[in-house]
Amino acid sequence: MDTFLWGVLPYVALVLLIAGTLWRYRYDKFGWTTRSSQIYESRLLNLASPAFHYGILFVLVGHLMGLFVPESWTNAVGLKERAYHLLSLYGGTAAGVLAVAGIALLLYRRRTNTPVFRATTRNDKLMYAVLLAAVVMGMWAKLTNSSPSSGYDYRETIAPWARSVFTLRPDIAAMEGVPLTYRIHAVVGLALIALVPFTRLVHMFSAPVQYLFRPYVVYRSRGAGELGTRREKRGWEKVDS
Amino acid sequence: MRVLAQIAMVMNLDKCIGCHTCSVTCKQTWTNRSGMEYVWFNNVETRPGQGYPRRYEDQEKWRGGWELNRRGALKLKSGGRFRSLATIFSNPVLPGIKDYYEPWTYEYKNLTDAPLGDDYPVAEPRSLLTGKPMKIEWSSNWDDNLGGGPAGVEADPMVAKAQARETADRAAVQVKAAFEQTFMFYLPRICEHCLNPACVASCPSGAMYKRTEDGIVLVDQDRCRGWRKCVTGCPYKKVYFNHRTGKAEKCTLCYPRLEVGLPTVCSETCVGRLRYLGVVLYDADKVTRAAATPDEKDLYEAQLGVFLDPADPEVRRAAERDGVPYDWIEAARGSPVYALISTYRVALPLHPEYRTLPMVWYVPPLSPVVEALTGTGHDGEDAGNLFGAIDTLRIPLEYLAELFTAGDVGPVRAALERLAAMRSYMRGVNLGDPADRSVPARVGMTPDGIEDMYRLLALAKYEERYVIPTAALGDARRLEESAVPDGCGLDAPGGPGMLPPEPPPGAGPFGDDSGTYEGLPLVTIENFHASRRRQTADDIAARPEEDL
Repeated sequence: MDTFLWGVLPYVALVLLIAGTLWRYRYDKFGWTTRSSQIYESRLLNLASPAFHYGILFVLVGHLMGLFVPESWTNAVGLKERAYHLLSLYGGTAAGVLAVAGIALLLYRRRTNTPVFRATTRNDKLMYAVLLAAVVMGMWAKLTNSSPSSGYDYRETIAPWARSVFTLRPDIAAMEGVPLTYRIHAVVGLALIALVPFTRLVHMFSAPVQYLFRPYVVYRSRGAGELGTRREKRGWEKVDS
Repeated sequence: MRVLAQIAMVMNLDKCIGCHTCSVTCKQTWTNRSGMEYVWFNNVETRPGQGYPRRYEDQEKWRGGWELNRRGALKLKSGGRFRSLATIFSNPVLPGIKDYYEPWTYEYKNLTDAPLGDDYPVAEPRSLLTGKPMKIEWSSNWDDNLGGGPAGVEADPMVAKAQARETADRAAVQVKAAFEQTFMFYLPRICEHCLNPACVASCPSGAMYKRTEDGIVLVDQDRCRGWRKCVTGCPYKKVYFNHRTGKAEKCTLCYPRLEVGLPTVCSETCVGRLRYLGVVLYDADKVTRAAATPDEKDLYEAQLGVFLDPADPEVRRAAERDGVPYDWIEAARGSPVYALISTYRVALPLHPEYRTLPMVWYVPPLSPVVEALTGTGHDGEDAGNLFGAIDTLRIPLEYLAELFTAGDVGPVRAALERLAAMRSYMRGVNLGDPADRSVPARVGMTPDGIEDMYRLLALAKYEERYVIPTAALGDARRLEESAVPDGCGLDAPGGPGMLPPEPPPGAGPFGDDSGTYEGLPLVTIENFHASRRRQTADDIAARPEEDL
């Protein structure tokens, strides 16, 4: 079981993430969008969406730091375990609370506003369930295993395992003895990673950073092949309305 | 100088009767899909009025278009690039569906399925967003012809703006909204296909672009990620969010039609024949400087300065150097749009103060001024009377100036005087009176110029209204016959006489085919240009049979 969870599942998730994203990009550029529902409802979204997104971005940064910056490196720059623990406890909790509050309000809005609810697909519901589970389990794992004075040091168990996944020698033994809540969080997190290319979460890969560097007005020439009709693509089927 | 060509439009507002045919045909062509129910790429507004979406011209609220920063450089009114990305998770100034209107259908089934009873069955309105019964309270032309009462006039942001201007004579600006003396005019609006488009500039994904060949502004549906910044960026609110696909869509200027030399659907079906389409050559290097003109009242002149005279040999040489095809340069010479904008100077841009350099211009309405004058016992078409009456139009000049020249009354009065002069002079010509050459001179025109303008504005022949070069003349023939198989049917796999195994497409680029003919090759009987000539000839007898 441990071999499957910590030696196989991560690779399944990563393959799904990478191959799925490539497939989606080639097959479904038209469906690659945020699918915003702001036009139906703005008031709650203006609060909840920035709260959730900024929260989850900080959470992401926290995970990258916790999992992929070895303890020896932070020690080398003078950030001792105790200081690091406090940073991760308070910073992480603040970001987590922001994300959880945001997603809770977003879910409330999605359920109570009829047009928004009607625009929700089954795919969205699955995504919301996994996303909410991942965020809540993460918060739970952190808070039940920590106090201001000390906490579970995942940087000696989970982090080495996470790094070992990328060196293709998964250190399954490192995950022994990890508290159950952390394990559940990790598995749900892997499921979320696998889901990204197949849900609306895919819009995270379109963060338009290039906007900062391009000229304001974009000119484009009609390509040579763009005269006349073109092959039908997905999402462009004829509609009978 | 870098010469680019643009297909531009002029609408003659004096002829618009507000019939909405352009809106309806446009909707049937482009936006009759789910997710686009509330969208009108072309809409007709009664002015003064709020417009669609409601009060879209109030840029202090909606933050569309450009403004100048402290250094005098252009910046988006909705905020710079960093601000745009920082607020990407929700757009604080996105119009909601209620600012357009909530789309609906009717429960038509009730009409046929209701059980026999004493009451007539009714088709109840159902919201297309919630599926629930709804009360219809607004739509894209709800305040048509003062529908909803004079409150609509008071809600017009441009009325307030004209009244707030210190220079304006406030008494003149009181738009006469009382029903018995109402005169309103209609403003058909499509995407402006601006030279300095704010929607393109606000798109974080770079999905929106201006085509170099013809200046049409388009959304690449495969690159749009639904950030909705363009909806805010466009001050005319002519980019719409498809709430089903999650992507932005906008008026395409019917580019598939323009590419083969056909006018847009809205132009083609315009009953009043008030739309003009033609090529305008402009200097792309001057665009940014013109848009950054310090005084917004100078923007009209600045934009005129961006356009290039296609009769100028130097311009023609430069255009050829920059890759503008020969037939486009020729089309620019015969362009009705360039004539109305630059030669006769009767067309004006819509809201130049947004600094987007719009490319759909308008001939301002002269109002029923002749009838009004005749009613007072004066000769309504006498030049002197007409010129005097322009200042007391029931649509005040100040209001028109807020729409077309950022509040500068001068160009509006000059355009209306030219229209009045044309009316007065041509009456003389038509009645066989000795031509009064002083009338054209008063507005700085020649009798020939007036007669040419009359031909363009009043006779408005199809071939003179729409001077559209095809996208690629060399490709046109191939396109036209693209439905015909390339090879001989005998050469197809399977031996002599084998016909293409796959059935031909049900609909070609030029309409549906006529029924099933599995295995038979499709052959055009009438070529496309011949059918166009046949359909557009004024005189049926003159139809050249040999073209068929």
